Amino acid sequence: MIRFDNVSKSYPKQNRPALRDVSLEIEKGEFVFLVGSSGSGKSTFLRLLLREERASTGQVHVLGKDLARLSNWKVPQMRRQLGTVFQDFRLLPNKTVNENVAFALEVIGKPRGEIRKAVPQVLELVGLGGKEDRMPGELSGGEQQRVAIARAFVNRPMLLIADEPTGNLDPQTSVGIMKLLDRINRTGTTVIMATHDQQIVDQMRKRVIELEQGRLVRDQSRGVYGYQH
Amino acid sequence: MRAQFVLSEIGVGLRRNLTMTFAVIVSVALSLALFGGSLLMREQVSTMKGYWYDKVNVSIFLCNKTDAESFPSCAKGAATEDQKKEIRADLGKMTDLVQSVQFETADEAYKHYKEQFGKSSPIAGSLTPDQMQESFRVKLKDPAKFEVISSAFSKRPGVQTVQDQKTLLSNLFNLLNGMNFAALGVMFLMLIVALMLIVNTVRVSAFSRRRETGIMRLVGASSFYIQIPFIMEAAFAGLLGAGFACVLLVCGQYFLVNNWLVHHIDVIQFIGWDAVLAKLPLVLAIGLLMPALAAFAALRKYLKV
Repeated sequence: MIRFDNVSKSYPKQNRPALRDVSLEIEKGEFVFLVGSSGSGKSTFLRLLLREERASTGQVHVLGKDLARLSNWKVPQMRRQLGTVFQDFRLLPNKTVNENVAFALEVIGKPRGEIRKAVPQVLELVGLGGKEDRMPGELSGGEQQRVAIARAFVNRPMLLIADEPTGNLDPQTSVGIMKLLDRINRTGTTVIMATHDQQIVDQMRKRVIELEQGRLVRDQSRGVYGYQH
Repeated sequence: MRAQFVLSEIGVGLRRNLTMTFAVIVSVALSLALFGGSLLMREQVSTMKGYWYDKVNVSIFLCNKTDAESFPSCAKGAATEDQKKEIRADLGKMTDLVQSVQFETADEAYKHYKEQFGKSSPIAGSLTPDQMQESFRVKLKDPAKFEVISSAFSKRPGVQTVQDQKTLLSNLFNLLNGMNFAALGVMFLMLIVALMLIVNTVRVSAFSRRRETGIMRLVGASSFYIQIPFIMEAAFAGLLGAGFACVLLVCGQYFLVNNWLVHHIDVIQFIGWDAVLAKLPLVLAIGLLMPALAAFAALRKYLKV
């Protein structure tokens, strides 16, 4: 599903590389926590997966494709098989819940009939049935994040990438979001989640990958958060 | 491709940048109107050239008996019959150059002069036929070959001067061409202003829509799909501007040329509707494509896809 072979990434004008010689493999259907302090390289790791950046050296394979050899015009096709969720939700404030989710399908040219069927389905799945016509501003943080997850999942991606999805939420709401991600993971979707939330990592007991100053320092199945911050 | 989605995005974008859109429309309209105007002007000049050059001759003025003091080439007095015969014969030999030769006698010259300046002119009143010059009016096959005639005849005994009437007209045409270049220069500046406005509009537009485009990128919308609303926005504004430019050109032809100039200047043949209408598709095409290309170039800089 995902394979990093000796991947390093340095940004211009920065002495220290953001990632150094990272090698790892993530199988289909896994649930992986990505932990590490700020600046440890988590964001770079995720940006490489999305091909927002290219590795300086080494190879990144996602969904069986070598991203270094993927031409620019094929990147959108690749991203359609990925779903992404962020700490700040990134919803469109002037569109309803329904329209926000439908937007993701409209812009990749899905036929209207398919959109009309898929959107209510996924909203039901994330527990937002009955709130289709609300505006994001009328929803709680947890509900907004559910909309974002619905949007990420509506196209049934193989891989869901979540960058601190509970970073803006209180612990109780976070538990709800984690249950939802777990449910999505059980449908066979691989989930990679970068987080600072110790409680969640310790509770879920999933594979934990820890980065420190760009290096892979721990890769533990059924792991815990492991370090104090 | 969902046309309705793209169209609604364009509408939203244009309304959001209403003032900028207006500025783009006005500057495109003005620059394209100048562009079309200068194309028409050039056509006007070339029809005028064709019309006038067709009428002008090279004149070989012969010495008159009164020219002896004022022109060194005429020091030997008036041209003799032999000299005239010789010139006529030589002109007759230049068949590849000369189209026709007409001899104008002093009496004819006097008559033409009076026709042109009227009997009331004090000079015309004091002139007598024998003061006028005889001349050969030579029509050339190629008016540009004046030099050949000039060098062949200007030094001959009995010839006062060889005059190319084209040079009299060329001053006028130089003026018209100069005006044309000035119009093109202004057009060029307006065009740059229009392009800069478009680039800036796209920049503002890309910034105000960065949330949408960011999401589009993440969910895998193709770069074409992300860019097309911006490009269509610019193209739409440009097309509207080009439409106004066409209206300006048509109004110019109708009010300025057909209803005014034609009645006041009757020695010039003006270009007609066919010439004006033939320029409109070009103006519209440029108005559509140029802003679209400018927007596309601007997007490469201001919109990550």
